[in-house]
Amino acid sequence: MATETMTEKALEAAPPPSRSRRAALAWPIARRALTGVVTLWCISVIVFVATQAMPGDVAHIILGPGASSEQVAQLNQNLGLDQPLLSQYLDWLGNVLTGNMGDSIVSGQPVSELLSERIFNSATLTVIAMVFIIPLSLVIGLLAAVFRDKLLDRAYLGTSLIVTATPDFVIGSLVIALFGTVVFKVLPPVSLIPPGDAPWEHPRQLVMPLAVMVLVGVTYLSRLVRVSFIDVLESEYVQLAIIKGLSMRRILFLHALPNALAPSIPAASIMAAYTIAGSVVIEYLFAYPGIGSALVDAVAGHDLPMVQAIIMLMAAAFFCFNQLADLLGTLNKSR
Amino acid sequence: MKAVEVTGLTVALDDGSVIVDDVSFGLESGQVMGLVGESGSGKSTVALALLGFAKAGANITGGKVVVGGVDLLALSPNELREARKKLIGFVPQDPATALNPALTIRAQLTEGMLGEKKENLPRIREVLETVGLPSDNAFLRRHPQELSGGQQQRVAIAMALGKKPELIVFDEPTTGLDVSTQARVLEMVAGLCADNGMASVFVSHDLAVVGTVGDLVTVMYAGQVLETGSREEVLLSAAHPYSIALLESVPSTRQRLPLVSIPGRAPAAGAKFDGCVFADRCAFVEDRCRDSAPPLVATSTGSSARCLRVEHVLQNQRCLVKEPLPRVESREEDSGSVLSVRNLNASYGRTQVLFDVSFNVAPGETLGVVGESGSGKTTMSRCLIGLHEDQSGIFEMDGKPLPPRLRDRSKEVKQQLQYVFQNPYGSLNPRETIANAVVVPLKHFYGERGKAARDKAKEALERVEIPWRLADRYPAELSGGQRQRVAIARALVCNPSLLICDEITSALDVSVQASVVELLRTLQNDGLSMIFITHNLAVVRSIGDRVIVLSQGRVVESGEVEAVLTAPQHPYTRGLLADTLEVDRSDAETSDLPG
Repeated sequence: MATETMTEKALEAAPPPSRSRRAALAWPIARRALTGVVTLWCISVIVFVATQAMPGDVAHIILGPGASSEQVAQLNQNLGLDQPLLSQYLDWLGNVLTGNMGDSIVSGQPVSELLSERIFNSATLTVIAMVFIIPLSLVIGLLAAVFRDKLLDRAYLGTSLIVTATPDFVIGSLVIALFGTVVFKVLPPVSLIPPGDAPWEHPRQLVMPLAVMVLVGVTYLSRLVRVSFIDVLESEYVQLAIIKGLSMRRILFLHALPNALAPSIPAASIMAAYTIAGSVVIEYLFAYPGIGSALVDAVAGHDLPMVQAIIMLMAAAFFCFNQLADLLGTLNKSR
Repeated sequence: MKAVEVTGLTVALDDGSVIVDDVSFGLESGQVMGLVGESGSGKSTVALALLGFAKAGANITGGKVVVGGVDLLALSPNELREARKKLIGFVPQDPATALNPALTIRAQLTEGMLGEKKENLPRIREVLETVGLPSDNAFLRRHPQELSGGQQQRVAIAMALGKKPELIVFDEPTTGLDVSTQARVLEMVAGLCADNGMASVFVSHDLAVVGTVGDLVTVMYAGQVLETGSREEVLLSAAHPYSIALLESVPSTRQRLPLVSIPGRAPAAGAKFDGCVFADRCAFVEDRCRDSAPPLVATSTGSSARCLRVEHVLQNQRCLVKEPLPRVESREEDSGSVLSVRNLNASYGRTQVLFDVSFNVAPGETLGVVGESGSGKTTMSRCLIGLHEDQSGIFEMDGKPLPPRLRDRSKEVKQQLQYVFQNPYGSLNPRETIANAVVVPLKHFYGERGKAARDKAKEALERVEIPWRLADRYPAELSGGQRQRVAIARALVCNPSLLICDEITSALDVSVQASVVELLRTLQNDGLSMIFITHNLAVVRSIGDRVIVLSQGRVVESGEVEAVLTAPQHPYTRGLLADTLEVDRSDAETSDLPG
């Protein structure tokens, strides 16, 4: 009988004492941390090799076209660029591990100093975006699921498909044209935040980049929410709740929501990771002083230590959110 | 006025095909009506339609459902919701999926009730005690997944009872339960309905269950009521050929009877008919049956049946009565054994589930293995086939030692020991034609390919009565019974010396079960040895030679089927036998009469 196989499987999986349950949780976390270290190391190699392979000679760029070959050689020696690649890599890795990201080639200031404000600005943008994205996605996904296959749902699905298929910079440019320059001119077309100011001191500058991030995020996340709500609304416990004569409000918020939320949380975490990586385009587009635009500037200026630091930072953040999503998913399943 | 009055209830799918056609019945307060039918008969659709509810893709297109003087189908959505809350309780088939995993028992028990929460709580405690559950706060704080299957089912029943409805609808509430739990739940249901004066409709595929709780019995087929009447009328003197055929296909724990299956296969839901829906499978069919749909007419036994020839059927049905099969001669003792198992122990982690299980299977013998959920019978069959790693025991096959693990077994041994799984919906590869499913083992064990292999596959499929024209279909295009036959053919093509059948009829309808059991009987007559694992004592009675009874991982009784099931020695077997429901039939008397 099916029930028997189930009980036996349950027996098999049943965690007898709580100690082993905690152990069962500790192992996946430890394993994730370990794979995290390996992954980040792989990324460090790729980043280092890729930045070395960038066209153009750094010393030439810094010194300008008129520099003599002795000056170039001197600078290369000062920067350690004449060393073999492997020892350059090991030097760099050792410095990164001790918290020293090196100095910017362009300005000569420490990378960590240059980046700290940028990181703060980017994090602010991401957090505010997520604060809008999560509740909006829930409400929109829920509404779409309730009005499934009705006009509202179809219109929403069509729109979100178009938004998802359009590259971020196109959406951004359209928004700028619409509200910043050509049509309405109600908002500043660039989001310059003066150095030393907190981003929220300039709310008008934040509206457009946030709007684009939220639009892109919500169209993605709300579709996941919609699907998990539809699954739950088709479940037998919701059917029983309808049969019991409960109100629609009670069914949606008490019976459906907690069960539909569970699969959406890992998705939200992946969304956060995506927002961080996606900020490069949006920050650059709006000239917002975050790490995304810093990366674009660093690449243009051949500022290798900056490029390496920013990419490592983004990779680590992306990795952490991904692992968080995985972990939340596992926890949810074991419940 | 009757408590429940259903007239002309019709449910159709969005594409217009009718899945419940003109169903009418009435119930007094305190009466229980058993609604019986096989898969696809529309019985569960009727159960939901009694609450004015239809699943997505289906709509109630006509008729009246009057409960407590209110016509549910004429109400606005808000009024209907209030009426459901006030008038009707519903007990779902599978409480494991129908109770919300995110809410406590308490929340789910109180939410459907009218009135204040404070007043409802004492009532809930009272109801919980009535259904034999604890009623303390600790229990109320639990979530459904922290309860056993039987407890979940009782919570679901308490949920329906709590508001004292006019009508309770039970949708196959005992399908997932053990016979002993089922017996207790059914007894409780019958008592509660009588004591509280509630009418109830009890949907089931099991005639014995319906016969136990129902004052009235209604038989459904292809969306229509084919026969309805009192329990005695329908079960003891069935008038409709389908009711008769259904009763014939039910195995009995008391006698070893041949089972009569219904020829053909049940129509798909929503199929269209010009005449009688059962005409294609009926033994009494005439030309006029196919011309126009027969009305529901009163019969001389007192029931109503949808059959033009009902009086003729009633007079002539005796010719269907079957004689008990001769008692199986015990096989020769000295001929050795196909499989011998000594001191088999098996565990899952630290939990031991099998304790010193020993038995022999003689050549040509069918050994029944009987036990309830959790008795370890599935683990035992997995040990035999070598799939369970955590085991110790001594196996011998034809006198030669048999390694316990599958990976240590030779190809030849694997070929000789074949397995048929419980669920034919999951055991066949959905992306492989059935001919291919049967050819694969031929390639693997005998290296046969091409035409030779297809010829052998054809032979095997014909042996299980699957016509060769179905060979290039995919499993999804076959019925459950046909799929199980293909699974058996796949095992047979290996030319096994022992076939292990793990609950192979439990996922099937009773008339289909009959045909599979009779198929196994022909294999038995050809001299195949079998181990037949089941929770159904009646099936063991109809096919087993010897039986072992498993309880909590131990063999508590073993012996000849006749002896064990006629005069069980162990209290566990006695209890199991007492809890197994029987359809009360006239067979016992009529079987002595000449046919």
